[in-house]
Amino acid sequence: MTTHPILAALRKHKAGVVLIALQIALTLAIVCNAIFIIGQRIERVHRVTGIDESNLFLVTQQWVGAPDGDDAAGVAKLDNMQREDLAALRNLPDVASVAPINSLPLLNSSWNGAISLKPGSEMRKGGNTRTTFYFGDEQMLSTLGVRLVAGRAFTVADVQHRSMHDQTEPTVVIVTKPIADKLFPGGSAVGKAMYLDGSTVPTTIIGVIERLQVPGTGSWTNTFAYNATLEPLRIDANYSRYVVRAKPGRMEAAMKAMPSLLYKINPMRVLDDDSVKSFADIRAAAYRADVGMAILMGVVCLVLLGVTAAGIVGLTSFWVGQRHRQIGVRRALGARKIDILHYFQIENLMIAGAGALIGVALAVGLNAWLMKHFEMDRIPVVYVLVGLVALVALGQAAVFVPARRASNVSPIEATRAV
Amino acid sequence: MFAYYLDLALRSLRRNKVFTVLMVVCVGLGIGASMTMITVVHVMSDDPLPERSGQLYYPHIDPWPAPHGRSTNPHASDNLTLPDAMNLLRAGRAPGQAAMSGAAISIHSEQPNAQPLLETGHYVTADFFSMFGVPFRAGGGWTHADDERHARVIALSSALNRMLFGDSPGIGRTVRVGDEDFRVIGVLDDWHPQPMFYADVNGRAFGRSDAFFLPLQTALDLKLDFRGSLSCHGDGGDDRTTDRCTWLQFWVKLENPKQVSAYMQFLADYWRQQQAHGRFPQSVDPKLYRLMDWLAYKNVVPGDVRLQLWLALGFLGVCMVDIVGLLLAKFLRRSNEISVRRALGARRGQVFLQFGIESAVIGVLGGVLGLAIAELGLWSVRQRPDGYAQLASMDVSMLMGTFLLAIGGSVLAGLLPAWRACRIAPAIQLKAH
Repeated sequence: MTTHPILAALRKHKAGVVLIALQIALTLAIVCNAIFIIGQRIERVHRVTGIDESNLFLVTQQWVGAPDGDDAAGVAKLDNMQREDLAALRNLPDVASVAPINSLPLLNSSWNGAISLKPGSEMRKGGNTRTTFYFGDEQMLSTLGVRLVAGRAFTVADVQHRSMHDQTEPTVVIVTKPIADKLFPGGSAVGKAMYLDGSTVPTTIIGVIERLQVPGTGSWTNTFAYNATLEPLRIDANYSRYVVRAKPGRMEAAMKAMPSLLYKINPMRVLDDDSVKSFADIRAAAYRADVGMAILMGVVCLVLLGVTAAGIVGLTSFWVGQRHRQIGVRRALGARKIDILHYFQIENLMIAGAGALIGVALAVGLNAWLMKHFEMDRIPVVYVLVGLVALVALGQAAVFVPARRASNVSPIEATRAV
Repeated sequence: MFAYYLDLALRSLRRNKVFTVLMVVCVGLGIGASMTMITVVHVMSDDPLPERSGQLYYPHIDPWPAPHGRSTNPHASDNLTLPDAMNLLRAGRAPGQAAMSGAAISIHSEQPNAQPLLETGHYVTADFFSMFGVPFRAGGGWTHADDERHARVIALSSALNRMLFGDSPGIGRTVRVGDEDFRVIGVLDDWHPQPMFYADVNGRAFGRSDAFFLPLQTALDLKLDFRGSLSCHGDGGDDRTTDRCTWLQFWVKLENPKQVSAYMQFLADYWRQQQAHGRFPQSVDPKLYRLMDWLAYKNVVPGDVRLQLWLALGFLGVCMVDIVGLLLAKFLRRSNEISVRRALGARRGQVFLQFGIESAVIGVLGGVLGLAIAELGLWSVRQRPDGYAQLASMDVSMLMGTFLLAIGGSVLAGLLPAWRACRIAPAIQLKAH
């Protein structure tokens, strides 16, 4: 079949043609970018934290009337209270292990700094390695379930304790592999010295763990999402956090027992509804907005495709009705049903193809605009191409019903007046 | 005439129900989606203090060293260091100024065995209450003298007052904050400016309200717990008192342009003076943000919400193109009827009006559906746990806006089809018969 008569016919329906093409172009532009956003959010949500997330929960509590950590006596007292808690928690039958900790991946409460290979370097200057800090004792690694790939874990002898405001840097730390690789590319980081937060006193790396995500989930942490430094340290402050690994299947019981147990050890503290949180809840809270956005985008895409399909069906039906007589004439002159069907399908292919090509340009333009005004990356070509194929296919599917009706027009129509 | 066209429109809509439903659903979905998001953005970008916001300014001076790396928190310099805040406060160059910081404390009444409550509030200085027009149910704020002598006084929200003392205001009574006794000197009326503009608004500006206020200097003195981000540069720790850590918010009240320019001059002079002491290494560039500009600068409406608004508007655009196409098909399908009417003497304007009214009817129906969808959308927004979720509901102006948008959109969408319809020549159509 030649396309010439189709083009000639389309020239008679400029408005309708332009509308369908425009609609396909807009839909393509929006759907491509929306699906790209969905893909990015899904990728974000599925980032691994590096810890063993099952059976893990976090306890946060605040002391009441505790000494401030400004003098040695106060620090010692706070540390005693914390150790008392730890001992009691470790004795629980449902608990596998416990460690004091300052934060967890995805908790969005973090202590960040920088590492340099030179002493006393200005933290803000370029060339330093950004990192987040996790403080905990000798059970931190085993409780979190992170994998040590080189060196050794902390021992009881490594563990120090100090007040929140004491800026003494630790003598030994464990770092994640991304930090080790960046500081000592090609070589082993274990046993090497480096300087934390512009300090002039060196700190030795004693171990390297495979992976541990930072607590922050905002886009500002993207540049150092897996740069974590672990210090063998209990922070003595007027609050404390314990990460608890329950025995398999016993997590709910262990979580339930937590508040009353803690109050029994020492009633002078405050726990609220958020004080005992499973890691699953922490993860859900961190990514709630991303999941919500992905679902919303998905729903809008589906409805948008539906609306576009309905528009194509509507306009094509009208054209079929309008050309009833012409179709009858063609049929009477020998055109087969399949020829009529193909006519409308090719017509739609031409309109949708033109619209989709415009849509590709619009999609790239929209992506550029989004990159300028929102936190967006450049859309990969594959998304646009898939969108193009999808919309052309949508056009073909939508045109099928009216086109089939057209192909069923009887040749006798040619003889009727109207 | 109008009634007749309306009758014609309804007849025509009844004739092809599938088509009509399709168009109404299309308008409804587009309007519903965009009104949901317009309402959310509207309530989020509302003025938290409509009567006062024009006179409230946030001074921005940047003590950070010059090359801000890309990875550093870009908002580190939005807050002030304690020495800078105190210098601006004591200089007193504006009719009102206050420094403040987020607070988290455990508080309980003086009764023995009272269970302590974990509450969040703000540590502020004296002008806070008069500058922001904080309403008091009983008592009031404190004075500059109280600030200077680190008075142990506290103002409570009515909710916290009720928890501690029941229904009557506990003025003059004592509450224990940590280990210290504080005297209650004021109980607030309901006061929940949304967004909570005076807080460190990075990210979470909605859905919070303060349970108490107590003097900033007292809190520093007693080393109470602060809340909010603390960003430090250089070496030497994160002591709140140093001039290398930014963490305080600062607001000034300026009543006229003359005071504004005078204060700008003062900030520039302060910057230069600090440079003479070896601080503020960047070139002198102080800023004064008006309250609403400050909220815009701080992106109080999160990127995701703005993105959703644009998505909804894009969706509305596609729906409108769809409607234009469907109306075109619908109107031109009736070419015979039109040409008969034209042959019988109807003028073009009348045909145009007839189809305009038909579009408007679809708009009204779509508006009703859109309103229902928008209410459903807002209901689902309210189920979200985000802070702004509770604010998401329509007021009268939004309700009217929905209908105007629906009818306006449909009439606009009907313009091209109606114009095409009214240009149908009477003769040619009749000849075909």
